[in-house]
Amino acid sequence: MSPEDLISRSAEKHGRERKNLIPILQDIVRENSYLSEEAMVSVARELDISPAEVYGVATFYSFLDTKPLGKNIIRICKTIICYMHGQDEVIRAIEDRLKIKLGETTPDGEFSFLPTNCIGHCHKGPAMLINDRVYSSLTPETAVRAVEEYI
Amino acid sequence: MTQKQLRIKINGDTYLMYEGQSVLEACRSAGINIPNLCYLEGVSRRASCGICVVEIEGARTLVRSCVTPIREGIEIFTNTGRVRKARHTNIKLLLANHPRNCLECDKNRQCELQKLSDDLDVRDTSYPKIRKKHYDIDASSPSLTRDHEKCILCARCVEVCSQVQSVDAIEIAERGMEAHVSTFFNKGLDASECVNCGQCLLVCPTGALMAKHETGSVWKAIDEPGRHVVVQAAPAIRAAIGEEFGFEAGMPLTGTLAAALRKMGFDRVFDTQFTADLTIIEEGNELISRIKNKGVLPLITSCSPGWIRFAETFFPKLLPNLSTCKSPQQMFGTLAKTYYAEKMNIDPSKITVVSVMPCTAKKFEARRPEMNSAAEYWRNKGRRLPGGTRDVDSVITTRELADMIRESGIDFARLTGEKFDEPFGISTGAGTIFGATGGVMEAALRTAYAELTGKSLKDLNLKAVRGMGGVREASVDINGLTLKVAVAHGLKNAREVMEQVSKGKSPYHFIEIMTCPGGCIGGGGQPVPATTDVREKRIKAVYSEDESMPLRESHKNPAVIALYDEFLKEPLSGVSHSMLHTEYSRRDLYPGI
Ligand code: SF4
Ligand code: SF4
Ligand code: SF4
Ligand code: FES
Ligand code: FES
Repeated sequence: MSPEDLISRSAEKHGRERKNLIPILQDIVRENSYLSEEAMVSVARELDISPAEVYGVATFYSFLDTKPLGKNIIRICKTIICYMHGQDEVIRAIEDRLKIKLGETTPDGEFSFLPTNCIGHCHKGPAMLINDRVYSSLTPETAVRAVEEYI
Repeated sequence: MTQKQLRIKINGDTYLMYEGQSVLEACRSAGINIPNLCYLEGVSRRASCGICVVEIEGARTLVRSCVTPIREGIEIFTNTGRVRKARHTNIKLLLANHPRNCLECDKNRQCELQKLSDDLDVRDTSYPKIRKKHYDIDASSPSLTRDHEKCILCARCVEVCSQVQSVDAIEIAERGMEAHVSTFFNKGLDASECVNCGQCLLVCPTGALMAKHETGSVWKAIDEPGRHVVVQAAPAIRAAIGEEFGFEAGMPLTGTLAAALRKMGFDRVFDTQFTADLTIIEEGNELISRIKNKGVLPLITSCSPGWIRFAETFFPKLLPNLSTCKSPQQMFGTLAKTYYAEKMNIDPSKITVVSVMPCTAKKFEARRPEMNSAAEYWRNKGRRLPGGTRDVDSVITTRELADMIRESGIDFARLTGEKFDEPFGISTGAGTIFGATGGVMEAALRTAYAELTGKSLKDLNLKAVRGMGGVREASVDINGLTLKVAVAHGLKNAREVMEQVSKGKSPYHFIEIMTCPGGCIGGGGQPVPATTDVREKRIKAVYSEDESMPLRESHKNPAVIALYDEFLKEPLSGVSHSMLHTEYSRRDLYPGI
């Protein structure tokens, strides 16, 4: 399905109103894995709102990606409780291992390393997701080992 | 409908207030000021700053007064220890992420954040800086710069751009520590829908949004030996400049303004009202010719460059409706370097044209690549002008002019009024009212009536097109023709009118559109604050100035008549077309998408 078709189908399904922006963006991410500039402009046109507003919403929610992503997606919780449990060192360890910064994708397209909001494992923070699997009570060492499972 | 009154208590005293008021508004009417940083009357109720908190009897937590409506019997406390402490904490959290280098900041002494910290006696902050992401200053726009480091995310700019202007160029993107005001994909403002109006910077409480400065290039020109520097001042400047020097809003200071400009060192002090009169002649004739020759109607005014950019971006199909007349600023620039240069026998390459404008979009307009008719004129005569080829070299705002007056050591309040220089200093009341919404329409109708009937309107005051209503309409009978006109100010109102034109349902012959609420007197280059009340006072000043002028119809301006005799020949002549008219082009913001 062409991106335009996908967007107009999705807008048709949910209704062309501002309040349905998020489900429409989710549909696109489900199909194309991320929201391209073109996709956002098309959505803005479909719903008759401004591209800046679509961009604002898309970048507000961490599950709506605005960049093409790698094969494996690591999402580390950046919410305050995990932060207090030393998530900073965990992030640094993963950055060192993959040689990319948080928010980036490896040049070979294997990994994207992204921040996310609370994933509901606060009692066992720091926590992260690799694809659909949760890893909790992380230390720099266990985090790197978890990442290496996917190499 | 009478509004219901409610009995409320503020700090122990009883007041009667109208239902529907917020706690903040009610306190304000009672003379109790509640500090606030994000609230914007009638526009924004985002309640993001948390500075306006008060205590309400019976409520467990503090409430944000800007979004809490009053109710019968409510007891409000605005000055308790708990309230003071919360305000302190909230200000300190803002300051923790703020550069606090006021001395280097353009907003120094006019900054709401600075004033509030001072008023609340907050001198330092013990909180750590949590905002980590750094964004470079966005200087892509010729009109304004954005410095994210100074932004407190109050979102006033976002709301004004959307609610007042319907441009929607900016939104808050990302969240938490990364949140920032962003265009689509964080492109430079100049690559966005932004129309350069500067309404956002009028409401920005900090130095995050600032007009681009050109005072340096103006001083340089004044200082250069042998350079002939002419200045033009727009109609709206005289109605507002006083506010920068302690005068009440609404005081027209035309003579004082001319005196100050002369003392600053400009070689000739001219008036944009002269070319406003000229615009009326050209545009009035364009209207008559379009009606007679069944041209594209409605004709829409073209003197407001933010509106032009808006039309080029959002209504490209309707560009043929726009008048081809350049704005008075640009007509002036062209004529200064052609007609005036020849008449006075001055080398055109030695002339620098400076404009004082109430408007940030005028900076953009002067830089439009096609605004170089004077260079074109001389090239056709076999002469190349060395250096810049722009018709208007520098554009400064009312605020920049005030800065320069202060820097010159001129005691503005004590100046004795002087006159503008001839020939471009001669103008009529019709030129003056260009500064207010409805003014261009009124001036055009005065002249069109005289043109078609051979006599002046009985009452030159066309009250129907005056006022602050978003869209106003009127019909004027001229020799059996019922001319239907409309006036819109603020781009949200303009959009409404344009959508009607788009659908082919517009009943009008002629439409005036000004970008800013209230017209040029409310432009993005004017003194702050520019509340509705202040704008209304400036409009009053404009009309009182009009009434005091001996001539009030553009076609009676003797300098304009001489200009036609000596140079332009007649309205819409070939010379007029190459000197005073222009064209527009669509802007494709997202090409290929
Ligand atoms: S924005 Fe205000 S508080 Fe901040 S540096 Fe500028 S003047 Fe100072
Ligand atoms: S200058 Fe006008 S159009 Fe541009 S961002 Fe500000 S309010 Fe919006
Ligand atoms: S740029 Fe100014 S008006 Fe806009 S959110 Fe920041 S501080 Fe508020
Ligand atoms: S705070 Fe990290 S999982 Fe909830
Ligand atoms: S003024 Fe009320 S929350 Fe900012």
